[in-house]
Amino acid sequence: MSNGGNPYRDDRGNKDRSITNPHGSGEIPLRDSGKTSRVEGESPFLIGENMTGGYGRNGPDILHDCTIAVNPGEIAVIVGPNGAGKSTAMKAVFGMLDMREGRVLLDGEDISALSPQDRVAKGMGFVPQTNNIFTSLTVEENLEMGAFIRHDDISDTMEQVYDLFPILKEKRHQAAGELSGGQRQQVAVGRSLMTRPKVLMLDEPTAGVSPIVMDELFDRIIEVARTGLPVLMVEQNARQALGIADRGFVLVQGRNGHTGTGKELLADPEVRASFLGG
Amino acid sequence: MEILNAFLVLANFVLIPAITYGSQLALGALGVTMIYGILRFSNFAHGDSMAVGTMVAILLTWWFQSMGITAGPLPTALLALPFAIVVTIGVLLGTDRLVFRFYRRQKAKPIILVMASLGVMFVYNGLVRFVLGPDEHRFADGDRFIISVPDFKALTGLPEGVAIRTTQGITVITAVIVVAALFWFLGRTRTGKSMRAYSDNEDLALLSGINPERVVMYTWMIVAGLITIAGVLYGLDKSFKPFTYFQLLLPIFASAIVGGLGSPLGAIAGGFIIAFSEVTITYAWKRVLTYALPDELAPSGLVQLLSTDYKFAVSFMILVIVLLFRPTGIFRGKSV
Repeated sequence: MSNGGNPYRDDRGNKDRSITNPHGSGEIPLRDSGKTSRVEGESPFLIGENMTGGYGRNGPDILHDCTIAVNPGEIAVIVGPNGAGKSTAMKAVFGMLDMREGRVLLDGEDISALSPQDRVAKGMGFVPQTNNIFTSLTVEENLEMGAFIRHDDISDTMEQVYDLFPILKEKRHQAAGELSGGQRQQVAVGRSLMTRPKVLMLDEPTAGVSPIVMDELFDRIIEVARTGLPVLMVEQNARQALGIADRGFVLVQGRNGHTGTGKELLADPEVRASFLGG
Repeated sequence: MEILNAFLVLANFVLIPAITYGSQLALGALGVTMIYGILRFSNFAHGDSMAVGTMVAILLTWWFQSMGITAGPLPTALLALPFAIVVTIGVLLGTDRLVFRFYRRQKAKPIILVMASLGVMFVYNGLVRFVLGPDEHRFADGDRFIISVPDFKALTGLPEGVAIRTTQGITVITAVIVVAALFWFLGRTRTGKSMRAYSDNEDLALLSGINPERVVMYTWMIVAGLITIAGVLYGLDKSFKPFTYFQLLLPIFASAIVGGLGSPLGAIAGGFIIAFSEVTITYAWKRVLTYALPDELAPSGLVQLLSTDYKFAVSFMILVIVLLFRPTGIFRGKSV
């Protein structure tokens, strides 16, 4: 990541780890939240509407008038070629991007001005693509930290997560960093479910896992969506992802290329030709 | 009998002082390691923060003494300690607010914070000299010994004695309590776990609803507690001099790095390794060896490897060796 023109983010080549510790340092900028407002009229449960923006105040726009939406009980999938802005679109919905235009509505409330952490408090569960678990903490501690904003009894939710991912119960006293790739993703999803979110956002949950594990993860995600929780995810494996999607968004260079149900998009000759490989 | 005498001399001049010094270093190194793990930089102002904490404790001790409040056989400074910790927490949080928070908000690289801490170090250093002056102060009162050499000899009838000073006893007991409490806090409590989580992955901690500013605040509070305790114990055991506290930075950093930066267990192990190395290398072994070896092998010289003036060279050498051969430290901390 570039230093964005900020001289404080330039370490001038110093990599001396005996005095500086880059491990686990964050990239999400700390910022204060603005006000939210109710919005009249019908809109999807979660929608990022006409989003335009990029990283940093002066960075180039990556998204151009892009719209992403999901409703309860649905799985919405963002697919597209490399560099199309899939992850960026999801980050924009989550408030990790400087948006120049557009707005984000959650349950009829305009949350565009909220910081990412306040969006978590509003009920958005987000699983980043990488570094999505606390590697040095045990599986159980990971789940506990997921529920950090809750002050009620979390044991029921934890049981539900263990029911969904039985392997985690078995390994609950093991450090999460010692688990396999697929198990780590289960920890990551489990952690985000611990807040009892109103919407679950997954950034490439199957990145780097084997096809068998991928199928299993998709099964679990469908199971989660069936409970009524809206799931928005970015996927690299477009064909399988569109196969389970109720809504699909094909992004092309930061714009909405094609939108429709997963089946429609899979059947669309243009989508097939341009990036599903025929 | 000779071997027992050798052991008694060893205990009196090496083991007990080294355990005491090791406990003080361990407390100091725990603070360094926590700032390194959570705030992600090495705090060069650590030694002088210790001096500030100790200065406050000394001022309070004098005030208590002037009012006739003492702790009986224990040093009055122990009564002043809790209040000194509170003041030091205020000083460190104020400094964080004035200096470090700005860089945190800018997402500044850790090296920038290291340099900022260097500036803080000079300010603290000046502050302490301004208030207390550059001279040495002794503020230990109460009973000097738990058991003195003549008492020990009378009790056991042995020719060699072991003395345990009150400050040494207090140091070790306090260190054990503080370390146990810290590990319990980090491992068992919600706040402690959130601090470990933040240290592990800042962004994910934020996404889990952990407030970074709160984590940072708790870190400074714990560090303030650790350094004030370490500083007061060191001052009681030896004496308080601003420059000595600044110099303590080296053995404390060496302890943290030897044990593995970011690892609390490593900080403790490192503290004792540095302390034992310093004391054994600068100790004149003549008396121990005279007892332990047969008469014909008894040394005629002092058998002192290095003069005590060079004690900082010892921590420096260990530091260099560890960085060359095992840069992650004994407990595999986060430095590479």
